[in-house]
Amino acid sequence: MSVISLVSYEDALASYDPVMGLEVHVELGTKTKMFCGCSTELGAEPNSQTCPTCLGLPGSLPVVNAIGVESAIKIGLALNCEIAEWCRFARKNYFYPDMPKNFQTSQYDEPIAFNGYLDVQLEDGSTFRVEIERAHMEEDTGKSSHIGGATGRIHGASHSLLDYNRAGIPLIEIVTKPIEGAGERAPEVAKAYVAELRELIKALDVSEARMDKGQMRCDVNLSLRPHGREKFGTRSETKNVNSLRSVERAARFEIRRHATVLDEGGTIIQETRHFHEEDGSTTAGRIKDNAEDYRYFPEPDLVPIAPARDWVEELRAGLPELPRVRRARLQGEWGLSDKDMQSVLNAGAVQPILDTIAAGTNAEQARKWWMGEVARNANETGTELSEQPITPAQVARIAALVAEGKLNDKLAKQVIAAVLAGEGEPDAVIEARGLAVVSDDSALGAAVDQAIAENGAIADKIRDGKIAAVGALVGAVMKTTRGQADAAKVKDLILAKLGVEA
Amino acid sequence: MTELIKRTAADTAAAIASGEVSAVEVAQAHLDRIDAVDKKVNAFLHVDTEGALSAARAVDEKRAKGEKLGPLAGVPLALKDVFTTKGVPTTCGSKILEGWIPPYDATLTTRLKDAGVVILGKTNMDEFAMGSSTENSAYGPTGNPWDLSRIPGGSGGGSAAALAAYQAPLAIGTDTGGSIRQPGAVTGTVGVKPTYGAVSRYGLIAFSSSLDQGGPCARTVLDTALLHEAIAGYDPLDSTSINAPVPAVVEAAKRGEVRGMRIGVVKEFAGEGYQAGVMQRFNESVELLRELGAEIVEVSCPSFTLALPAYYLIAPSEASSNLARFDAMRYGLRVGDDGTRSAEDVTALTREAGFGAEVKRRIILGTYALSSGYYDAYYGSAQKVRTLISRDFDAAFAGVDVLISPTTPTTAFPIGERADDPMAMYLADLCTIPSNLAGNAAMSLPCGLAPEDNLPVGLQIIAPAMADDRLYRVGGAVEAALNDKWGHPLLEEAPAL
Amino acid sequence: MPGITREEVAHLARLSRLELQAEELDHFAEQLDVIIGAVARVSEVAGQDVPPTSHPLPLTNVMRADVVRPSLTPEQALSGAPAVEEQRFRVPQILGEG
Ligand SMILES: [Mg+2]
Ligand SMILES: [Zn+2]
Repeated sequence: MSVISLVSYEDALASYDPVMGLEVHVELGTKTKMFCGCSTELGAEPNSQTCPTCLGLPGSLPVVNAIGVESAIKIGLALNCEIAEWCRFARKNYFYPDMPKNFQTSQYDEPIAFNGYLDVQLEDGSTFRVEIERAHMEEDTGKSSHIGGATGRIHGASHSLLDYNRAGIPLIEIVTKPIEGAGERAPEVAKAYVAELRELIKALDVSEARMDKGQMRCDVNLSLRPHGREKFGTRSETKNVNSLRSVERAARFEIRRHATVLDEGGTIIQETRHFHEEDGSTTAGRIKDNAEDYRYFPEPDLVPIAPARDWVEELRAGLPELPRVRRARLQGEWGLSDKDMQSVLNAGAVQPILDTIAAGTNAEQARKWWMGEVARNANETGTELSEQPITPAQVARIAALVAEGKLNDKLAKQVIAAVLAGEGEPDAVIEARGLAVVSDDSALGAAVDQAIAENGAIADKIRDGKIAAVGALVGAVMKTTRGQADAAKVKDLILAKLGVEA
Repeated sequence: MTELIKRTAADTAAAIASGEVSAVEVAQAHLDRIDAVDKKVNAFLHVDTEGALSAARAVDEKRAKGEKLGPLAGVPLALKDVFTTKGVPTTCGSKILEGWIPPYDATLTTRLKDAGVVILGKTNMDEFAMGSSTENSAYGPTGNPWDLSRIPGGSGGGSAAALAAYQAPLAIGTDTGGSIRQPGAVTGTVGVKPTYGAVSRYGLIAFSSSLDQGGPCARTVLDTALLHEAIAGYDPLDSTSINAPVPAVVEAAKRGEVRGMRIGVVKEFAGEGYQAGVMQRFNESVELLRELGAEIVEVSCPSFTLALPAYYLIAPSEASSNLARFDAMRYGLRVGDDGTRSAEDVTALTREAGFGAEVKRRIILGTYALSSGYYDAYYGSAQKVRTLISRDFDAAFAGVDVLISPTTPTTAFPIGERADDPMAMYLADLCTIPSNLAGNAAMSLPCGLAPEDNLPVGLQIIAPAMADDRLYRVGGAVEAALNDKWGHPLLEEAPAL
Repeated sequence: MPGITREEVAHLARLSRLELQAEELDHFAEQLDVIIGAVARVSEVAGQDVPPTSHPLPLTNVMRADVVRPSLTPEQALSGAPAVEEQRFRVPQILGEG
């Protein structure tokens, strides 16, 4: 990246209106590849999951994976798309060593699903509708590793090594219509769209949609046009952006870069760009000139797909509760404000909370601990909530101990911290650290007597009916017991000793 | 006793089943014959002596154990080098696949093995099945056993020549625009292009996927039917395979009777460019069929005149894509990898060195027809022509049971005559192409020698899709009547090699 | 209908990864011009309201169950490779983007 100073995001938005197109590739979680019976299991040794078909050996032929088609239809339905009555596969012809046949079996002008939309929720709780152009079926390529260059980069490599285990894994490519009118929120819309799509794919159980494993990859196409102009500007295509955060950053960077070029009277080149995780920038890739001619034509080795209407309706009826609906339901069930629900979503706490509830905790407690101590730890370590080294069962156990009065909130936090630090099960931590609430009434009684004796003036106020003052005495007791007492119990004891009705 | 190599497949199978002769003796007789004459004919690219003998031994052992043998068990066969054979070289007649040993068998190969057929080796062909003369093979031309200075047809010239030279009683071909029927016609043998989808294409190295069809070749109609039955049938590995019972072709061949059938003569297959002797024998065949009790009707299929142009857009288009996989990365030839060149350059150099002129011509033509800006005018229009041709066939078959025509406009031409004149070469497939475009079934069988050159003339019979049995009914009748008339099979008139 | 120029043939050769020699280019351009002139007749039907036929048989919905079948062994998969390294296909440097 040459060191030119980019115009600020705000300045860019002051002059231009961004238009985005998002292309997301999702690797389906089928057992076998799209056109052959090879396993799709990850982590196998190189070229051990290949056959004549996915190696493109002479004479081999493809046969369509029925679950691949079914998954495509499910995704299409969940995206409110129309499902084609009849469609074909097409060959996209171009040479590249990771593509065994030197054509990709894909769909061209007859996608299986088209004309849909996905409503996404932004951080302020408002909804933005992203229109879907199409969702179509295709196949993944093999994987190349580049040898001899710097850190596995393609540039300067002396040669490359190819593993075709991934070649032929089913992909669904989901393409939006141009996203207009998002204005300054365009990067946020991009991120929210990919996040919502990921949730949807997971809810449909057609893929794990792990972006970090390349199971879901996003291309961000972006152009700017001066305010008030209808015609789109020239777009750049930032390829393979592989995390939600990067999607947002890539869009943001490209808005600033385009604005910088346009402000200087330059022209945007239609090209692919690569996103760099380290600094959030993009750099130029291949220029898309007219030499690129994919010579699409209907795949003669496959026959058309004509999904029967009753099959489509059966699949529609069988769709699971979709993420948006589910979120609304959970928000109601958990009694959360829009804002609180949004925080839960942003933290990725829905599933942990659900699992903790399933382990016997009420919603409030489950949310409290996950969004409190555990979320703090996730933030501090920069990791996902779901990846924290504490299980919903462990959180549930801690919540139960609190409910039984065996832990107070302060102790509970210490137990969580200890579990996160790998000190073992909650009960073991309590045992080892001697963290149990002091419930021995004689010991507690002595501490209460001591507090009353040392704070005569406050005790008098309480006797006179100023019950709110009890907090100071509770504090004193907690101090002597080093926090290992149940505050509610202490309060009851003090009031009883002072002969005051709570 | 007839010499082993001159017997029909049916007779050979019966002799092996009865124990009159062993499968190994039969295989050895054919291997000896190949040894003796193939230096002249060049029908084989690879002879699998060991594989053949061990397959023959397996048949003999099975018989010795009293197990039931299939109708073609122990019968030798010449396999066109376009089908993959596990562990046995497969080149498709191309330098680019020289030395390639497939790790898998084509479905057709598996079926032949399962039937106890003894595969003698792989036969010569025009490179990637592109041609009508077998001159486009990277491994030299095959001679026509009737006159070694003439072409044996193509692309399956090796298979047809092997039959005519008594190197094998059975052979396999593939027919994309006539590559089974035209070689059959010019070598005086029988060849059938089954209905598209009847014989699995899994393991058939694709030339033009929507047109390619493997099929049986033999010296008699019955042998062709027996082989047809052995190789046809549903294959879940081929999405375009027909999931329905194979028509009763053997029964039809044995019945060989045309009384009461309506037979259409295609008006468009005559006139300029048709050799007089070819038309003479064809017209005699029409008369013969009338005498045998068929009703002859003249039929017009006007869009057939666009079949050749449509074919020369569709086939090269599909080929340009099918042959893209030969890129020097995973198998086959690699040229120019000196450590400095890019993959792209190595691919381009390899393809330049590994493909012959006709293959390159067709790749460029196909790339052109599919490229943006030309697609609608060329590929798109060609696909429309295909619809029109199917409609012509449908209209014709509404009134007749089968259609007939000469298989080729001329008899075998001299090697070299049309080698660098593509348009002249393409005319050899004028009559055969419509059936590939429509996907129906067609046969060629010998109907005499053209008086002017004493070379074989083929009669083409065309039946609707899935009515392959009609070909054998008509073919069986014609063959029987002609053999009666001649007093022997036509091939007996071929000069000794 | 238009014919084809030498430049177009050169472009098509690049698209189809054929490193044609100069004489070949000349010869092919000449021949392809004749062939294209002859086959261009099909465009007579271009405007006609005729559906195109991409597949000779009217089959649809041919699919297989999502059941794993045995793959080749890596040795078989790599058996035809011009070069192998670390159980992978070794290929010349791939020109990167940019
Ligand atoms: Mg794609
Ligand atoms: Zn596979």
